[in-house]
Amino acid sequence: MHDFLIIWAHIDLVFTGLINTLILIVLAGVMSILLGLILTPLLVGSNKALATMVQCYVDAMRCVPFLLFVYLIYFGLPTLGLRLSSWTAGALALVLYNTAYMAELLRGAWLELPPSILESGRSFGFTGWGLLRHIMVTPMLIRALPMIGNQLIQILKDSAFLTVIAVKELTHELNGIQSTYFIPFAAFLTALILYWIICILMEMVMGSFEQFAVLRRP
Amino acid sequence: MHENFQTSDMVLQINGISKKFDEKTVLHDVSLQVKKGETICLLGPSGCGKSTLLRCINWLETPDAGSIHVTGVRMGVRDNGVVKMNDQDLSQMRARIGMVFQSFALWPHLSVLDNVMLSPIHVQKRDKKTVREEAMLLLQKVGLQDHFAQFPAKLSGGQKQRVGIARALAMKPEVLLLDEPTSALDPMLVGEVLSVIQSLAQEQVTMVIVTHEMQFAKQVSTRVVFMDQGHVVETATPDQFFSHPATEKAQKFLTRFHGLNH
Repeated sequence: MHDFLIIWAHIDLVFTGLINTLILIVLAGVMSILLGLILTPLLVGSNKALATMVQCYVDAMRCVPFLLFVYLIYFGLPTLGLRLSSWTAGALALVLYNTAYMAELLRGAWLELPPSILESGRSFGFTGWGLLRHIMVTPMLIRALPMIGNQLIQILKDSAFLTVIAVKELTHELNGIQSTYFIPFAAFLTALILYWIICILMEMVMGSFEQFAVLRRP
Repeated sequence: MHENFQTSDMVLQINGISKKFDEKTVLHDVSLQVKKGETICLLGPSGCGKSTLLRCINWLETPDAGSIHVTGVRMGVRDNGVVKMNDQDLSQMRARIGMVFQSFALWPHLSVLDNVMLSPIHVQKRDKKTVREEAMLLLQKVGLQDHFAQFPAKLSGGQKQRVGIARALAMKPEVLLLDEPTSALDPMLVGEVLSVIQSLAQEQVTMVIVTHEMQFAKQVSTRVVFMDQGHVVETATPDQFFSHPATEKAQKFLTRFHGLNH
């Protein structure tokens, strides 16, 4: 029990880590969904050159280990003259990496939608962004909802890797406490429970979207 | 402006339309003129090109040859067919042609009222309040005013199709195209949709209807167009066509239908 009292004494650090993790996953979640929504129509679109370029990006992200990608952005980019703070580099890595996954799963959702949704949108005069915004986005998101939920949890877990570039997220802060006081069990167990709670909260949020989705399911 | 000829009350002028899919010719030099207030029924065996013709009219399919004018304005192309119409112009043209789909094709994420209001507001940029009032009147007309807040998933097929008709009418189209509007319905639900279309015919809404409902075609149409294998084989008044079909193909077609009905 004594070990947990030490952690309690450093609740401010735990809190810092928790807040940073939450900000990172909300930011990366929202940005990757938005960017994914922009890339998806390019992936399924008629411009073959653009589709191939986006597909290359998606495939590259899906085949690169996230840890390596983080190293590349944080340690590699300064070589090209772009030096980012560890927090910015970490957030950027999370967004770029997960945008590829979101684009890929939204593409799947797009192709699964009844073609008549898009077709009636066209025949009623919608084109381009209007077609995307008013006709396609909501059915696509509804169709992809369970997969988006899984991917958001993946973002949460990926965010723990950012400790390697010293982003002050949850894993980093609790690892700091454990190495100072040598209380690995208490520190890592605390981190684990906090991740679990975040996960449950995320599932509750997704569940509330599910109620919105059920009436509007394509 | 030699390409945009306005001939009195012609709503739709289709001249020599041809369409190939891969090597198969689906439409073969098809011409059809539709006057304001006419109800045209397109009849013919499955795969004869009826639906493709409708889809060409609002440019969901691009014809390989020929021209289509909607109230005198050439569809899909500019400068005598040399240049493709830009998205903006094509969108405005499509907004003048109402389309009712066999599979209803309602937007599942929008309520009944929002389905009807979406295009007038966002494509035609009309005033939201006015559009809402008109949409409620249209829903009343198709007997669904009490369902305005529901989502398509909660409706029966017949109700969905009536929303589909209200949605198309909300654009105040010059012509309404109906692509087998009752083919996906349970037999029990066909009547409610046909009676809505019938009342539109009485109000002289210009319509082109692809249908397999012969009795309905006989009652509602001002002219019948019979197609087979991508050709227009016969154009006649419903009385002529159903009692004295001029061509052998039409006779065979009608015999088969009588065979099914008795």
